[in-house]
Amino acid sequence: MALNKDWWKYLLGLWMTAVILGAFLDPQPGKIKMLGQTSRILFFHVPTAWLATVAFLVSAINSIQYLRKQSLRYDVWAASSAQIGLIFSILATVTGSIWASKIWHSFWNWDPRETSIFILLLIYAAYFALRSAIEVEEQKARLSAVYSIIAFVTVPFFIFIVPRIYQSLHPDPIINSQGKINMDGGMQIIFFSSLIGFTALFFWILRMKVDLVLMKIQNRKETLD
Amino acid sequence: MNRFVLIRNAYIVFRKDVNLEFRTRYAMNAILMFAITTLTAISFSIGPLSLKSQVLAPLLWIILFFSAMSGLSHIFIREEEQQTADTLRLVTSPTSVFLGKWLFNLLLLFGLEILIVPLFLAMMGASANSAGIFLLILFIGSLGLASVATIIAAIISQASAKGALFAVVSFPISLPILISGIHGTRLAMDGVQFSDCLSDLQVLFSFSVVIITLSLLLFDSIWRK
Repeated sequence: MALNKDWWKYLLGLWMTAVILGAFLDPQPGKIKMLGQTSRILFFHVPTAWLATVAFLVSAINSIQYLRKQSLRYDVWAASSAQIGLIFSILATVTGSIWASKIWHSFWNWDPRETSIFILLLIYAAYFALRSAIEVEEQKARLSAVYSIIAFVTVPFFIFIVPRIYQSLHPDPIINSQGKINMDGGMQIIFFSSLIGFTALFFWILRMKVDLVLMKIQNRKETLD
Repeated sequence: MNRFVLIRNAYIVFRKDVNLEFRTRYAMNAILMFAITTLTAISFSIGPLSLKSQVLAPLLWIILFFSAMSGLSHIFIREEEQQTADTLRLVTSPTSVFLGKWLFNLLLLFGLEILIVPLFLAMMGASANSAGIFLLILFIGSLGLASVATIIAAIISQASAKGALFAVVSFPISLPILISGIHGTRLAMDGVQFSDCLSDLQVLFSFSVVIITLSLLLFDSIWRK
């Protein structure tokens, strides 16, 4: 059987299937004190939060590139990445909220982590409000690139600083103050596989989104000519 | 260009804006009327109740924040509306324009606070038990707010629907300042040691420094057409 160039997409499908099976079948999470079965959310909730951060980083890097090179391609990358990041941070908020309803008996109680992710959502929603208000393509790209960089600089405040300064009930993040991972070996394997799988998925989605937008721009140009 | 010229030019831009402001008093009137009307409405309806600092601190910040935001964007919008921006681009460097405008916004904000904070404390029958910390938090908070407002005003002055857009884009970015400002003010009203407010001051200070630095770096790309 000859491998076509899409072989990695099938591999990713199998990989994610294995991750999902592992996440639900591994007996270890059930034995964790306090959290019990709910700790399985770790395999999905943490990767979505991680990807939101990665997506915003990709958006900021492309924005810097845009300001340096003034090529609209970078703007397309930045905007698409921010859009996917917004979706992933909504997913992180929703999964976190569902988990909170089981553990804290309330969907929403303004824990520092919940506050942080919510403000992050607002900041990136404002990015799209800004984009929609500027007509000229070049101006839109330039101003939203500046905004995207400013917005990304606030991200470390929300993800690392605020939850550590103000008391939070959120379980220790993976990168915690002691600098070690409080996880059983089997769980670690599933968790990191999930992280890798989700990251690959993100870049695939991003690629599709960018290609689509570039095609639309190309199409518009051709119709105009 | 050497540093002295930069500061001198920034001062000239600042003086120009002060002169223009005293000619029309647009921003001053907008901010003051907004603040006093809100303060009257609040003090009229809930003044007789003796409120705790948990309610007073957010109220004070809400009055300051919303009235400040009603006038601080004017600084750049005026340049675009009166079509004086291009001349300003020709005569001086972007950095001195930004510094001058930032100083002007800072002056407006401090003017507002000098008037409104004593009035608020008197009308609501509140007292700041740790007066030093209270003032320090207001001071650093204003630095942050003025910086966010100035850079966002520069961005949106080139977009359409400026008024509504300024609120949408600048509010989420200022939320970290509001959250730690309100938290710190509440503690200072109750009377605490300096070390208890340290974390709030750290967030406020680092956030303000980051935004100011970033604004100075990025203002070039916003200003240049």
